Amino acid sequence: MVRLIAFLVGLFFSGWLIVSLVMGGVAFVSEPPAETAEHAFLKHPKQVNWSHDGVFGRFDRAQLQRGFQVYKEVCSACHSLNQVAFRDLEALGYNEDEVKAIAKNWAIQAPSIDPNTGEAATRAPLPADKFPLPFANNVAAAAANNNAIPPDLSLMTKARHDGTNYVYSLLTGYSAPSKELAKRFPDSMPGKGLHHNPYFANLNLAMAPPLTGDGQVTYADGTKSTVDQMAKDVAAFLTWTAEPKLENRKSSGLAVLGFLLIATILAYMSYRSIWAEKKKH
Amino acid sequence: MSFPWAQEYTPQNPLMKWLDQRLPLPRFVYNAVGAGYPVPRNLNYFWNFGVLSGFALMIQLITGIVLAMHYAPEATVAFNSVEHIMRDVNGGWMLRYAHANGASFFFVVVYIHIFRGLFFSSYKAPREMIWLLGIVIFLLMMATAFMGYVLPWGQMSFWGAKVITGLFSAIPVIGEPIQTLLLGGFSPDNAALNRFFSLHYLLPFVILGCVVLHVWALHIPGSSNPTGVDVKTESDTVPFHPYYTAKDGFGLGVFLLIYCAFVFFMPNALGHPDNYIPANPLSTPAHIVPEWYFWPFYAILRAFTFDFFFIPAKLLGVLAMFASILLLFFLPWLDTSPVRSGLYRPLFRKFFWYGLIPCVLVLGYCGGAPAAEPYVMISQIASAYYFAHFLIILPIISAIERPEPLPGSITEAVLGSAAPAAGASTGTASLQPAE
Repeated sequence: MVRLIAFLVGLFFSGWLIVSLVMGGVAFVSEPPAETAEHAFLKHPKQVNWSHDGVFGRFDRAQLQRGFQVYKEVCSACHSLNQVAFRDLEALGYNEDEVKAIAKNWAIQAPSIDPNTGEAATRAPLPADKFPLPFANNVAAAAANNNAIPPDLSLMTKARHDGTNYVYSLLTGYSAPSKELAKRFPDSMPGKGLHHNPYFANLNLAMAPPLTGDGQVTYADGTKSTVDQMAKDVAAFLTWTAEPKLENRKSSGLAVLGFLLIATILAYMSYRSIWAEKKKH
Repeated sequence: MSFPWAQEYTPQNPLMKWLDQRLPLPRFVYNAVGAGYPVPRNLNYFWNFGVLSGFALMIQLITGIVLAMHYAPEATVAFNSVEHIMRDVNGGWMLRYAHANGASFFFVVVYIHIFRGLFFSSYKAPREMIWLLGIVIFLLMMATAFMGYVLPWGQMSFWGAKVITGLFSAIPVIGEPIQTLLLGGFSPDNAALNRFFSLHYLLPFVILGCVVLHVWALHIPGSSNPTGVDVKTESDTVPFHPYYTAKDGFGLGVFLLIYCAFVFFMPNALGHPDNYIPANPLSTPAHIVPEWYFWPFYAILRAFTFDFFFIPAKLLGVLAMFASILLLFFLPWLDTSPVRSGLYRPLFRKFFWYGLIPCVLVLGYCGGAPAAEPYVMISQIASAYYFAHFLIILPIISAIERPEPLPGSITEAVLGSAAPAAGASTGTASLQPAE
């Protein structure tokens, strides 16, 4: 009885799947699905070698500081960094006083209350504060940015496939849409206030190219600030904001794997020695 | 129950003697996983995965309890509390990555454990109850993992919760109220997050209870073995300790090496980037996909694209998805072959390696791919085979197959026929033979 019911259930599911397959196959052949503009024109991120890649990867402190400078002078006008506190910047090699100065001189004030009246007020940020938000709320952010809300950047490199390369590719990827795109997918041409970028999911980005030309930022360490260099530096900086414990993770990982390797070899040897008698006869 | 030749626990130390007469806990452990548990001597490395699954459960329980000390199950702060763990809690990044990857590795070892059972027919008499409890554990694991994935309250958490609870809305009449009841509202929100957190903390202990029953049921007939031949004499077995504790120790080392390589060097490889974007009910991700260990079932769900007369395609998909797991409960009665091990079943073996395994891998691949052609058509073929394999092919091959000759005993299988004839020994085989 069990086998009879099972047979009928199996026949029903498998049979209907085959019927669906045939019907779907006919539909697929008679009207093949149209190719989308994203499928035809979206590019995979450009592959860059980063100092933090690989098992022994370490952040390049000088690069992180340059990337922070790009964030501060270019990105921070619109993009928040709400998971990161000023005190975290000590990991980039700044000392306590430098961090205090960075916080105190930050262009955006931190929300506060007036100690006398209790009314809303602002004050200069302290090292313990998270980076203050550039907009009061999403409505204000959308209103100031052509109806698109600039996303928070704290986790951006983990929130996209191949995130570090993605940020670099996006920042350097703005280009004029090709004639082929205009011919085949006129709907995917950038509309008013949008900018074509083959690395962005739907090819059209509300953000205008933020890195406008060489020398936009004057690096303190004298590195030449080409667009390519600035894009790389800020992508590295955002990798640090997304994964500040990356170095701890990799160095403890090496210790853990080393320990486990020795333990596993010893476990294997004791297994062989305990079983030696039983395997022989 | 155990074999008559099992070593008996004899406490030496006066304290242990005192304890043994009042609460024989050491005796219990000795008989469960010590020298008092005789185990077939021919187990291969696939028999390591039961212990590994138990170990993975322990990793999840311990990391999870500590994570719960820092996590806040409230929709407006949940996402940030996870980032707080990652950034400000000492070693928090390690705990969270160990827990997230631990879930994946729990499923890896449990899937290998299940397919070990399928190939060597570990579900057959007298071990049906072990198998049934195992499926219950698997279902509980799926529920727990799903609810755990909702807790970080990222985009995939939110939309995964919406899609999976939405499956229940396919049930006629009572479906919508069930979804509302599960979520505590019409859409995932704080009520859903709170109850998922509560259940995500509860269910692992239910799993632990079922594992105790699973292991208890295992100790009644004793472990199966790769030949599928019953234990007959003492020479067929070795004591669990030190023989299998040593082997499991080595297996555990290999498991931890691979697991830690993921935790420390590619901790996000098995997750979805969208879950690092805070949940946003107004923005639907381009592709909503569950975690990889649900992909085969997700592919079956989406393979049904046409209504069957009055049954909508969505309901069919939901029924098929649940059926694909529930049918495993009936396996002991669908596979009637008297031979257990796939090693001695030529036809069964072919369908297993060239049918079932590729079918499940293809389903897994299609479940993670976008719901577009050709993936839908491929998953229709694979799903059709999946149901046919268990419900039609397996009963038929059990009936028509001519099994290859079995070894006379486990000892003979290990040492060759030169070994002393196992059948000659006196009435120690207290178990009924399988054939």
